[in-house]
Amino acid sequence: MWRTSALRNKGTTVRICMGTGGIAAGGLEVMNTFKLHLRNKKIQAEVKKNCSMHKVGCRGLCAKDVLVDVLRAGQKTTYQFVKPEMVERIIDEHLIGGAPVSEWVVGEDYARFHERQTKVVLSDCGVVDPEDITSYAASGGYNALKKVISTLSPSAVIEIIKKSGLRGRGGAGFPTGVKWDICSKEKSPQKYLICNADEGDPGAFMDRSVIEGNPHSIIEGMAIGAYAIGASKGYVYIRAEYPLAVERLKKALKQARENRFLGNSVLGKRFGFDIKVKLGAGAFVCGEETALIASIEGQRGMPRAKPPFPVYKGLWGKPTVINNVETLANVPAIVSRGAAWYASLGTEKSRGTKVFALTGKIRNSGLIEVPMGISLKEIIYDIGGGIEHNRNFKAVQTGGPSGGCIPADLLEIKVDFESLAKVGSIVGSGGMVVLDESDCMVNIAKFFLQFTQSESCGKCVPCRIGTKRLLEILERITSGKGRSGDIELLEELANDVKATSLCGLGQTAPNPILSTIRYFRDEYEAHIVSKKCPAGVCRDLLSYVVRQEACKGCGMCKRVCPAGAVTGEKKEAHKIDPEICVRCGACFEACKFKAIGKG
Amino acid sequence: MEKIFLKLHRNYIENEGNIISLLQEMQGEFGYIPVDAVYWFSKKLDIPASRFFGIATFYAQFHLSPRGKNIVTMCCGTACHVKGSERLINGVTTALRLPDGKNTTDDGEFTVEKVNCVGACSIAPVVIINRQVFGKMTSDSLMKEIRNVEDKRFEK
Repeated sequence: MWRTSALRNKGTTVRICMGTGGIAAGGLEVMNTFKLHLRNKKIQAEVKKNCSMHKVGCRGLCAKDVLVDVLRAGQKTTYQFVKPEMVERIIDEHLIGGAPVSEWVVGEDYARFHERQTKVVLSDCGVVDPEDITSYAASGGYNALKKVISTLSPSAVIEIIKKSGLRGRGGAGFPTGVKWDICSKEKSPQKYLICNADEGDPGAFMDRSVIEGNPHSIIEGMAIGAYAIGASKGYVYIRAEYPLAVERLKKALKQARENRFLGNSVLGKRFGFDIKVKLGAGAFVCGEETALIASIEGQRGMPRAKPPFPVYKGLWGKPTVINNVETLANVPAIVSRGAAWYASLGTEKSRGTKVFALTGKIRNSGLIEVPMGISLKEIIYDIGGGIEHNRNFKAVQTGGPSGGCIPADLLEIKVDFESLAKVGSIVGSGGMVVLDESDCMVNIAKFFLQFTQSESCGKCVPCRIGTKRLLEILERITSGKGRSGDIELLEELANDVKATSLCGLGQTAPNPILSTIRYFRDEYEAHIVSKKCPAGVCRDLLSYVVRQEACKGCGMCKRVCPAGAVTGEKKEAHKIDPEICVRCGACFEACKFKAIGKG
Repeated sequence: MEKIFLKLHRNYIENEGNIISLLQEMQGEFGYIPVDAVYWFSKKLDIPASRFFGIATFYAQFHLSPRGKNIVTMCCGTACHVKGSERLINGVTTALRLPDGKNTTDDGEFTVEKVNCVGACSIAPVVIINRQVFGKMTSDSLMKEIRNVEDKRFEK
């Protein structure tokens, strides 16, 4: 029944989620408990660290959830909400006894969540051990690189990528094959390939998950790209806020070098390529390619005018290709399975799949990978499980601070580059934040402008001053000081900033404003004219009132009030003085009888 | 101090003379960027101090003053915002009695910093305390974790 690790295939494997999210949910404790019990029971089994997408289709998705896969005798069972105290029973009844503990196994919705997805980039996340190159190899890893180096010329590789229709997954969607082609034709003794792992969009964690879960896919993709364009040096520019991803990447690079997938003579051939890791230092603008280059060069991350584009003049003035993590992760699969296969997924102009980070007010919050062209409705309801707490869908914000929102009456829309652009949003890097009736769209616009304004590098006037003024107007509106004409002013200023900013940050920063005005103008008007926040979010426009008939006089609100605005005797209905109230909402949160009205 | 500077200088040469990497290592050693260190390197490398300060003030990661013994990182990403990070931030600022405009407590025990996105959006709102990631935080659970840190201090 039990095998040693040498006969791993016939033995039992336990996989535990160990991405940043999984660890935060207690994955490490669960894993250590497994190790402890297995050692005590003198069982040899492999306890592998795996990064599956956290929140993979689970309901609830609270901090203590951990997903565990048990593969035994060819059967895979997935447990949800695993806690350390559950481990011993799983070992006794399932690992030893052979019978899964059915009450802890995932339900049908888990299967449904995965069935509707098409995994290419994420296919091995949750399967391979990110810290073990042999695990990647056992899954077919590095076969694409071997094929490329032994049998294909650089131009043949470029043809495959071109035919596949792969477009950049970082947000701009530029055809990858074309980018590689242009760079390959530049004559220069030194060229560079850079992987953009800066992933600055708040609400996006696709790239982090790929690097934490399957770092070798990036290394292989980069090596193939470098071969195609003629680069001998590569960089992965990764944000410092991803320490686990950095650690796993560095480990993977070391293993890749030991196995000659990187180095002066890759796989013993005449192609030499190696990769250095460069840490970001906390600047969103460094996700923009020219700012990224400046940062690698050790300077302030300020963008440069384009043209010249990096493919002609990039890092240290040399021809440079910059690709997003997800773009590169697609490359080994395309080379192995063929351009025609990849092109068969997705739509005519948006081929392939896209990884999305589905978060916000959605039940099945997590990472999904779907073919381009799938409807938004299917993502939100079939895969996402609908809105949590049975609230109403209001909008989904796509593309992060550069994107826009898509309201309920556009739910049938197909998710691809062209369709989203038509309605004023973008696919972007893949962040999808779901909003419900308790979210204020003006507040969301303000949130994004707070972000882009503080991240603006300051080089060009339209962005430096424009975003500041846009933010000021939104702050006035959300604090009850909106004026007639503000909406038109926002639109005019937003369009000017878009048209005249030097780089993508300024050019897209006004998008959330334009998009929310387009679909939720009535909310802006309510804030400005009636001085009310319909969603009940903007503090200065709210008033808290004790509903006399519901109040039990328990005094809880009086106790938690930081301003002393609540008066009332025990067992008598309390009152809030609106002149003193600072609208912090503490009483609203504290009241167990729902006796405080917010409006 | 000089010994550490010399070590950093050696690494700087190895790193192809990259000021950002130098500052990152400096901060790794001291917990922040000491002004003295900047002037030492400025002299040693014959690079104007303004270049160092220009880079240190551009990137959010660098701090020019010492930070608290315990770092509380509040994630302010979109998902966390939508799940109530603002209230958490207000709560912790009040509870720790952070001076106006400052993010470190007067006794140097805690620094509260805001970060744009940790990338753990499914368990929003996220707070990182001394590098440990906590998800689905509420005002109560956040206060509990902070008290745990305070208690550990007294145990020592």
